[in-house]
Formats: sequence, C-alpha cells, structure tokens
Amino acid sequence: MATIAWKNLFHDRTRLFVTLVGIVFALVLILVQFGLFLSFLETSSNIVANSHVDLWISAPSIPHVNGGSALAEGKRYQALSVPGVERVEKYTLMFVNWKLPTGAQEAVQVVGYPVGCGLGGPWNVTQGDLNDLRGEDTVMVDELYLSKLGVKGIGSTVEITGRRARVVGLTRGIRSFTTAPYVYTSFKNSQNYARLTEDQTIFFVVRTAPGADVANVKRALIARLKDVDVYTNEEMRRKTMYYWVLGTGAGVTTLLGAILGLIVGIVVVAQTIYAATVDHIREFGTLKAMGASNWNIYQVILMQAFLSALMGYTIAIAIGAAVAHGSQSGNVPIALPPAVAVGALLLAVVMCAGASFISIRKATQIDPAMVFKG
Amino acid sequence: MIQIRNLVKQYGRGDAAVQALRGIDLDVHSGEILMLMGPSGSGKTTLLSIMGCILGATSGSVKIDGAEIMGLPESKLPGVRLRHFGFVFQGFNLFPALTARENVEVGLHLKKVRGGAARRQAESLLEQVGLGGKINSYPADLSGGQKQRVAIARALAGDPPILLADEPTAALDHQSGTNVMELLTSLAKERDRTVVIVTHDSRVLPYAGEIVHIEDGRIRAHEIEREPEEVLQ
Repeated sequence: MATIAWKNLFHDRTRLFVTLVGIVFALVLILVQFGLFLSFLETSSNIVANSHVDLWISAPSIPHVNGGSALAEGKRYQALSVPGVERVEKYTLMFVNWKLPTGAQEAVQVVGYPVGCGLGGPWNVTQGDLNDLRGEDTVMVDELYLSKLGVKGIGSTVEITGRRARVVGLTRGIRSFTTAPYVYTSFKNSQNYARLTEDQTIFFVVRTAPGADVANVKRALIARLKDVDVYTNEEMRRKTMYYWVLGTGAGVTTLLGAILGLIVGIVVVAQTIYAATVDHIREFGTLKAMGASNWNIYQVILMQAFLSALMGYTIAIAIGAAVAHGSQSGNVPIALPPAVAVGALLLAVVMCAGASFISIRKATQIDPAMVFKG
Repeated sequence: MIQIRNLVKQYGRGDAAVQALRGIDLDVHSGEILMLMGPSGSGKTTLLSIMGCILGATSGSVKIDGAEIMGLPESKLPGVRLRHFGFVFQGFNLFPALTARENVEVGLHLKKVRGGAARRQAESLLEQVGLGGKINSYPADLSGGQKQRVAIARALAGDPPILLADEPTAALDHQSGTNVMELLTSLAKERDRTVVIVTHDSRVLPYAGEIVHIEDGRIRAHEIEREPEEVLQ
C-alpha cells in the first residue's frame, strides 16, 4: 500500500506542488505567528526574568513592572529588618524623554539599578563595563536601538529629560516590548533622569538570605510594610507578561494568526487530498473489489498525508529557521526553539491526518461495484 | 464451485424498484469457462457482481465451495473476494502510477505476499501472459491488449480459483481480443481455473465452454457441454 501512496503522490506533480504549497504556507504562518507570540512573552518580561531579584516591593496595585509609581525610601529600612531579607536596593523603571540629535524627542524607559550588587542590571554587555555606570550621567543602551536613539556608539553624548548623558556601554538583545527602549544607568543617575526626589524610588528589589523561603519572606514583608505590594520575581514576570501580551491584545492577535494558519492549512490540505482521492476513486474501488479492506484504503490515504506532511514540514522549517534567524537583528524577533520545531512536525502530521478524514470517509464509502460500470 | 439458487436482485424501492435478477439458478463448475451474455440492462453484470461478493442480493442463495455467502456481514466480504476471486475489468482498471510489475504486486500484497517473493511472482505472472519484456512499463506506455494482459496477470496473483471478467475484450481490437481470450482459455485449462466472462462480443463465443443467455433478469437459454477447442478447430 505504501508503494501506491508514494507513487500516486509523485505521479501528479502539479497536485503535489499545490499540496506542498498549502502545507508550507500554513506551517510557516503558524511558525512565524507562534514564534512572535513566544518572543512577545519573552520580550515583555525580559527585564524581570533577568533581574536576579527574589522579591519586588512596589506601590499598591501597579499593573506591571513598567507601571510603577514612587515609594518613600524609608520603607527600605523596614524591609531590611524582616528576617530572611539579605539585601534591599532601590530600583527605578520609568518612561522618560530622550532627545535625538535632530532635536526630536523619543520615549525611553530608564532603568536605574544598584550597580555592583548583581540585582536588576543589564545582561549581554558587548561593549563597556558595568562599573562605568557608577560614573555620573552614564548610560548603557542596546545595539538594536542605536539608530533609533541617534547614538553612534560608546562615547556619544545625549540628553535625557534635559540632562546630559554619556553612553558608556552597549548590550545586545535587550529588547523592549513597547516602542521605548531600555536605557540602563545607576539608581542615583536615574533619580535625576526620572525627576525623583532624593528619598524616592519606584521599587525596592530584595535579595533573600541563603536558605530563606521566599514565600515566607514575602508574607513577612507584607505583614511589616504598609501601603505596598510585594511580588516574587515570577509573580512580577507573569503580571507584566500577561498585561502586555494578553491585556493589550498583541499576543491574542498573534495566537489568532497561528490558529488562522492552522485552519487555512487544514482546509488547503483537506481540499487537495480530497481532490486527489476523488481523482483516484476508481483505483480505490478497484482495490476494494480486489479484496482490500477499509484499513488498506486508510493506509494509502494516511500514508499520502504523512508523506505530504513530512515534505511540507521540511520546507517550512527551513523557511521558518531562515525567517527566525533574519529577524534576530530586527525589532520584532521570531523565536524558534527546538520544542516549537518538534511541535510543528507533530502539528503537520496531525493537520494532514485530520485533513484526510473527509477523503477517508469518501474512499471507504465507495461501492466496489462501480468497477464494473464501464 | 459456485452454486446459485433463486437469486433475486432488486434496485430501489416502491414504484421506483427495478428487478435486475428474477430468480436465477446456476451452477458454475471448476475448470469451466462460462459466458454470461445478453443485451444491456439484462442483469449479467449484476449477476457477476453478486457472484464476486461485490454486490449483495435481495434474496436467494449463493454458495462458493459449499459456503453460503448470502447474509455474510459486509466486513467479511473483502476476505472472501481475496481468497476466491481474481477480477478482470472492461476498462482494465490498472493503477496508472504503478509499473506493470507493481500493478501485479498490489494483488500479491493484498494476499500478504511481500518483498522479493512478490516481485518474483509478479515477474513470473507477467512472463506467463507474454509481457516479460514490459515489467517496468507504465500502463500509459502499453497497448490496450497489453494492459488487459497486465490486468489478467494481476487477477491471477495469489492463484485464485475463480476469474471473473467483465467485458474483457470490449475495449480491444480483434487481434488483441483474440489474444486475451486465448490467454484466458489456456489459463482455465492449464491451471484448472473457473472463468466467468460477461460479454456482448460474439467473437469470443468460440472460447466458451458454457453460455448463459440472460434477458430481463432471467436465464433465457443455457448452452452447456461445449468444447472450446473443438469449436475453435
């Protein structure tokens, strides 16, 4: 039966081409949309995920990490007195204005972190040294946004909220989910850029003592501090991710795109496999007359679907990998982790098998007596 | 071999009902070449289909090697067809994407003969029908007579005791039709196979051992004890 499936598939190359185009189109659409979705998940909360913070103390009811509001510094000492707390540092994340060389303004998010303690700093530093951020009015930006921010490289001098800033380092791949790039600086510098007073911060970031239970420390902080919320790093990550990806509809749109790709794929593949089955209906009738069971017929159709899926997947994954690779240097990266690649293969097989269902019904309902009709 | 008693086949119901067979009694013996003749719509192909377990009858009895097939569940019929019958069709019904050898192999694969054994048997069968030099040819590259020979080789795959042929010469020219009939006749004789042929073609009558004339679903005449070779001579 495998021979019939294989040879029937390759006998009509035009139909095979159309089938493969349908599968490839659907799979590439799914891979790109789902890759975008995964990338959104990662980008929307990357600053939290890479912060190495155990607990975040914020003003009450903030919607996400990018939406904090000012807290009084005094709470830091209250937090430090809670058992299990090793370190409490001030941390800023605020939207501010960046002045381009042309004079135009660009929104950025200034990240003020405690330099040197390993909490909340940038990662993937490609040029410069984190210790350079200890200097006054020094910042680091990501390579992706050099052009957007009008920065030529290290040493460029810019203006943030009317205050001078000097670029002392570059990072790679620290993307912002919004259109405002992240600009890293020391907490002290960030107070100036964000126009916070000396005793104000946006967050307190907490490192718990070795062996301390983070959940217990969180409960103790909530009990001790008034008018604040306390989140574990994972809670803050999820809160931020859900807000940006699901709350704004960006993630839902990409997921819908992926589902649309799946539906289009199933319809196209179902149509082409059905048309192929109808074209070969007399052959299936002959097989049945010769004594083939319905299972034999299923084998032929499913084998055709499986082979189509495998060929379509091979082409689609190559295109998807090229698109994902090419997108890494752009503002909208597409993630293609191995799990998604494997998932796409399973999806291709399920999609093609599902698309064969109507054909199988058609083929197994053939009256073998048709073979005697001329 | 095949025993048919009071076989009735009705298509449709009520006012639209059509009686295709109206009480057929027929015995087909081993090693016999039986021809079913009659005008279009007389019921001969319906009778062949019921004999071959491809179509169910409305009532009556059909026994193959003494086993009643009427009333067998649908799921059992492919197995009966596989064990007892080889089919030759008017339109050849070859698989166009497969070579002559692969076409024959399909019949063998259905009978669980696989791999090298299937390949050797298919090539041997094609040799027997005179197509040893065409084993790798596709149906599109064969003449009508050659296609029907491939179909006969396929029908013989797995050595079924009964060959059922529906108008096997209708799509062939005189010479090809003669060749096909000589092949079927010799196979029936040499291999002691039963061959039932539905035909309109009076050219093939000399090859018949027994001729059954059907009209309006009834047997009108039954010529028996003919000797094909004598007729031919």
